[in-house]
Amino acid sequence: MHKAHVAAYAHLSAQPIDRGTMTASASEKTGPTPLLLVEGITKRFGDLIANDAVDFDILAGEIHALLGENGAGKSTLVKMLFGSLKPDGGRIVWNGEPVSIPNPSAARHLGIGMVFQHFSLFDSLTVAENIALSLEDDVPLPTVADEAGRLGEVYGLTLNPEALAGDLSVGERQRVEIIRCLLQEPSLIILDEPTSVLTPQEAERLFETLDKLKAEGKSILYISHKLDEVKRLCDRATVLRHGKVVAQCDPRTETAKSLAAMMVGEEVQAVRRTHDAPAGDDSGRDIVLGVHNLDQPPIGPFSTPLRAIHMNVYAGEVFGIAGVAGNGQSELFEALSGEQLQDNPNAVTIGGTPAGRLGPNGRRRLGAAFAPEERFGHAAVATMPLTENILLSRHASDASAYQSGGRLGMLRRSALGRTLSRVVDAMDVRKSGENPDAGTLSGGNLQKLILGREFDRRPRLFIVNQPTWGVDAGAAARIRQALMDAATAGAGALVISQDLDELLEMCDRIAVIHDGEMSEPLDARTVTREQLGLLMGGAEPEKHHGVAA
Amino acid sequence: MSPDVIQAILITVVTAATPLLIAALGELVVERSGVLNLGVEGMMIIGAVTGFGAAQITGSPWAGVLVAIVCGALFSLPFAVLTLSLATNQVATGLSLTLLGLGVAGMIGEQFVGLPGVRLEAIAIPGLVDIPLIGRLLFGQDPIFYLSILLAFGVWWFIFRTRAGLTLRAVGDSHGSAHALGINVLRVRYLAVMFGGACAGLAGAHLSLVYIPQWVENMTAGRGWIALALVVFASWLPLRVVIGAYLFGAVTIAQFHAQAQGVAIPSQFLSALPYLATIVVLVLISSNRRMTMRNTPASLGKPFVPDR
Repeated sequence: MHKAHVAAYAHLSAQPIDRGTMTASASEKTGPTPLLLVEGITKRFGDLIANDAVDFDILAGEIHALLGENGAGKSTLVKMLFGSLKPDGGRIVWNGEPVSIPNPSAARHLGIGMVFQHFSLFDSLTVAENIALSLEDDVPLPTVADEAGRLGEVYGLTLNPEALAGDLSVGERQRVEIIRCLLQEPSLIILDEPTSVLTPQEAERLFETLDKLKAEGKSILYISHKLDEVKRLCDRATVLRHGKVVAQCDPRTETAKSLAAMMVGEEVQAVRRTHDAPAGDDSGRDIVLGVHNLDQPPIGPFSTPLRAIHMNVYAGEVFGIAGVAGNGQSELFEALSGEQLQDNPNAVTIGGTPAGRLGPNGRRRLGAAFAPEERFGHAAVATMPLTENILLSRHASDASAYQSGGRLGMLRRSALGRTLSRVVDAMDVRKSGENPDAGTLSGGNLQKLILGREFDRRPRLFIVNQPTWGVDAGAAARIRQALMDAATAGAGALVISQDLDELLEMCDRIAVIHDGEMSEPLDARTVTREQLGLLMGGAEPEKHHGVAA
Repeated sequence: MSPDVIQAILITVVTAATPLLIAALGELVVERSGVLNLGVEGMMIIGAVTGFGAAQITGSPWAGVLVAIVCGALFSLPFAVLTLSLATNQVATGLSLTLLGLGVAGMIGEQFVGLPGVRLEAIAIPGLVDIPLIGRLLFGQDPIFYLSILLAFGVWWFIFRTRAGLTLRAVGDSHGSAHALGINVLRVRYLAVMFGGACAGLAGAHLSLVYIPQWVENMTAGRGWIALALVVFASWLPLRVVIGAYLFGAVTIAQFHAQAQGVAIPSQFLSALPYLATIVVLVLISSNRRMTMRNTPASLGKPFVPDR
């Protein structure tokens, strides 16, 4: 293990470190004792080195950013700081004392609190019960509710303690997490991608809370890959790439572009806008997807009903649907893909043909293609090889290409193999071996395959939900480019996404879905982020903030 | 029918319901922790045979009760080790536990076949037992009956009024979140499974020391399965288990009375009634999804493997 360390350090010092940066050990010598000092932390999962001799420090009263792409090792590092994972090497120094953090409870005793990326709330319990669970002592529920209310008032985090966690909006769930964390009076608060599910307005409210906490002398470790907010909020940033610290800097003096270059290690290619749908005049263009008064009752207890959805997607355009997670996006996707059928065949038309009573294969035969949000369990099967995953979505719509023997339905493996190589070439899918299981691909490569198998059909209509969620910047740029190219070639694309930047970059028109209702589409060239943000929050701020505590 | 006859019938209903109630309360706690243990029948019969044996050997029915509780809990341990520590499939493991229990009990019990049993005598509460109509029904029963009522309220109070019960519900709702909070998920589940085993053992002791004070092979006769159905029937609420247990107990007794009265209902139909009722209830509660989600342990049956 010692040898591995030396090698890792050697690598680090050989790395060209960007201007205006300093290493952790340098700041340790010159500055005050850091609150937290991490030296040479290493974590391996099998052959993969998730964290390779990571060094960094956090001072009291600072907001420190941990920047990096998906898979750079941020979450692994944080899990070790919070005691959910055990480091394989290196040491953690807290207030000048070397410590070991065997479990989350030990982390909390030290004064480290964490707000999780995927909120770890218990849906069937109330807000007060959720908060009480995170306290070490057995505090009666009314006391918990009072205390939560007091903190909520101080930091602007209003909540109803009697509400079921499963009924809360994502923003409200995050408030529960933060209050839960604050009740333990931590001196370091770790926030893992806190704004990934918030509207811009909700995010701004979160930033105000964080500024207040900082003013009280608390330290915050802020994990993100959103550069604007890191520049807005953070005093220092540590950049991780492939598990190594590649730079430390003051984000306020950097540009978003220079930060991105540190994260990715190369200049990210901007997506070229290859088409521009003619504005205003819709008369001459084909409607590839028509949705008319689509109503759908909630499917499950935590699902959103769809209310009178109405839209037309024209050939040659990219139509975006923005919205905060859980406002009916999945339900809309399932209604359009045919996983949920409509009563009225005309509620959904594809290429002018009524499709409301058709299942996914019927709709695919009309020239539609779908890529759902969840890669495993919905779009692909982890334990099947790539060729079989291609067959999964195309066995019916391209039956003649992949099956022979009439009713016997014998698979034509050679044809599947040729399709796989076409998809791999077209989308630059990086894989190990000829035809590995889908589970061995990284998130970005699997997503490229899932979209690529649909592009390969040259569909007239492309419906995709969260196309670049959890995908690294390079793969995301490729996916966006492919979607825009498809539109240029005359297809219509409907893109459901939480990422406003992505939508503004790709789309011709953008509508917002909130609580199962869809806004009128807006011209993407003229709309502002603020307008979209207001619509995403329901355009009724009172409704959003007014939950009595 | 005279009031005394009605009371006599009700007493048989309560006696038939008590083992169902106790086993179901135990399984309710297990399932609230997110573990589905289909081995209730097996743990119950182990309780029945060890309880009978211990009472035989010592001559004390109370020793039998104690041994049955301990053996029920111990017998749940292999299930706990396999499904919790080794994360095996809970359904398959639970079924094997039932088969194993029936076999082991038959083997241990061979020497007890035909022996006269030791009965755990009823305890009449002085004064109250003489109340007309309900006196003997409520205050002239065996001690395990009183225990079952205390257990029902105890389990309710534990689950909804204590911190430990909140932890139990949290583990059953989302073991991943519970682990992230620093709750020892496996410890909670081990304790819950062993509590379930102890309850099933006690239920078995009721069968072989109160209900039919002798040992007969396969004497549980599917009561463990009824207890399992009962937990779902009660939508994981302890006080509803009480209602359900007496309802199912009444159906069991109705079989005998129907036969005695010469009513032409096939006994197979009556034995199937509890399961039919469970299916009907499942259909009814599924229409109120919100209620179901509030009480159904979301991680029921899912193995938990912590990161290392």
